[in-house]
Amino acid sequence: MLRRPFFWIIAAAIALFALAPHGEDVELRESLLLAAVYITLASNLNLMLGYAGYVNFGSIVFFGLGGYFCVYFMGSLGWALAPSLLVAGIAVSVAALVFGLGILRLRGVHFALATIGVNEAVMAFVTNFEPWGGSTGIYLSPELFQPLGGPAQALWIIYYLLVAIMGVSLYLSYFVKRSKFGLGLLSIGQNEDAAAVLGVPTPRYKALAYSASAFLPAIAGGLYFFKGAFVQPADAFDLTLSTEAIVITMLGGSGTIVGPALGAYLYEELRGWLLTSETFANFQLVVAGVLLLLIVQFAPDGLMGFFYRRWPRLRRWLE
Amino acid sequence: MTALLEVDNLGKRFGGLHAVAALSFTVGEGEILGLIGPNGAGKSTVFNLINGVFSPNSGRVAIRGADITGAAPYRVARLGLARTHQIVQPFAGMTVLDNCTVGACFGREDLSLARAREAAREAIALVGLENRLDAPALELTIAGKKRLELARALAARPALLMLDEVLAGLNPTEVARMVEILRAIRARGVSILMIEHLMQAIMSLSDRIVVLNSGRKLSEGPPAQVAHDPAVIEAYLGDPGMVQRRPS
Repeated sequence: MLRRPFFWIIAAAIALFALAPHGEDVELRESLLLAAVYITLASNLNLMLGYAGYVNFGSIVFFGLGGYFCVYFMGSLGWALAPSLLVAGIAVSVAALVFGLGILRLRGVHFALATIGVNEAVMAFVTNFEPWGGSTGIYLSPELFQPLGGPAQALWIIYYLLVAIMGVSLYLSYFVKRSKFGLGLLSIGQNEDAAAVLGVPTPRYKALAYSASAFLPAIAGGLYFFKGAFVQPADAFDLTLSTEAIVITMLGGSGTIVGPALGAYLYEELRGWLLTSETFANFQLVVAGVLLLLIVQFAPDGLMGFFYRRWPRLRRWLE
Repeated sequence: MTALLEVDNLGKRFGGLHAVAALSFTVGEGEILGLIGPNGAGKSTVFNLINGVFSPNSGRVAIRGADITGAAPYRVARLGLARTHQIVQPFAGMTVLDNCTVGACFGREDLSLARAREAAREAIALVGLENRLDAPALELTIAGKKRLELARALAARPALLMLDEVLAGLNPTEVARMVEILRAIRARGVSILMIEHLMQAIMSLSDRIVVLNSGRKLSEGPPAQVAHDPAVIEAYLGDPGMVQRRPS
């Protein structure tokens, strides 16, 4: 695999993210941090949306639950950051497996609606769950940053960890796509009934993909809410971020490996520009909505799909 | 000797309609069994009952003695049963090679991805699509898609191949080519259960024929015998005695 160009492209992207901001350049770091979160969310969403062809509108539930688990482990149980993140990731993957066994019997629109239902149900549960602070959420003491060398250094560590999670997400996309499991998922995305007739164990594969797509976003959520030292239901389970992840994946090219990363980076740039422009402040979601409409209507295979059609050789390089 | 496929007293109702009723037959090792009957006789339903797309209301299906009644299609595929669809079901956005690799990967032998690619190439060569390996399936002609459907099933290296009208919609040259391919497949020891409307082709290919009418078995036997069975002629052409009996 060291011979595949894609391995090095991902490595270069990670290095760029890790090296670009340094010292006082906090603004660039924050912008890249959000891009890394978007890339993580979109790449993992892509396992379901792009590979298996299942539209998950509620993927943010993984991110939010991960955040809650992590903040709870650290704040209430006094765990260190690393075990909190790991256990949060595993807990959310297991939860996703349970949800998945329930809702993956549904297809198409019905599945998409059910994913929103899962997010709303979890949000309603957490809002009424007193150990997690109910509707007010959980605040973390700033002292929790001390083991990482104080708040300033902690923010850098969180940033590097998020970049690492982003890198792992991209490699995961790559390995899944080049594996037997990935081929099975792609065939499910093309024609689920035909896939089953050919022997693809469709229920198991879908549940595995759904569960796997929860792990890294949950860890990213843990880092994200640890960084803010605060988590509440309205932020953790905000469907806006779910929708953005879909726009990003579709923009870059769903089902491709590079697409979600490209889409996430472009979307984050666009968002940054919209937020700072006077005319378009708070306009970001309208633009996202229009973008999604245009993509679905005119370029359903996104930017990478366009590039691959234009230069077919590129696909051999990047996929 | 146990048969490769045993269908015993199979029945399926859709609402009040008995789509298949009390149907029993077997397919022996290395045999080609033709399944014929007028439109709506329940032939495709029989396929769907055998490979688990539908669950039967009654009866039993077994492969080499292993009961597969009502098992999910992907489990049936693992036991060495592959099929094609009357209306082709390619993975349109995937290449010919990838389509067949899916068949090989998840078929009877549970091959690794690399070995599956080899098996897929072999199957593709057998149906003569080797120069379209990297073409997306949606770019193939109808005849090409039919051959892809066959190659994908073959790539699984099945013990029993169920073919649902692979000859329909092909021109005479293509039919002749496909018949040759089917003979080559059979020569490799694969048993075949086939539904077909092209009488000439199925009569020459099959060892035995089962005739289905309104979900029930009307006749069974070697092609020549079935072709002269009055009940069969009546089902296809109407009552043969009608002409003589017509009042003058």
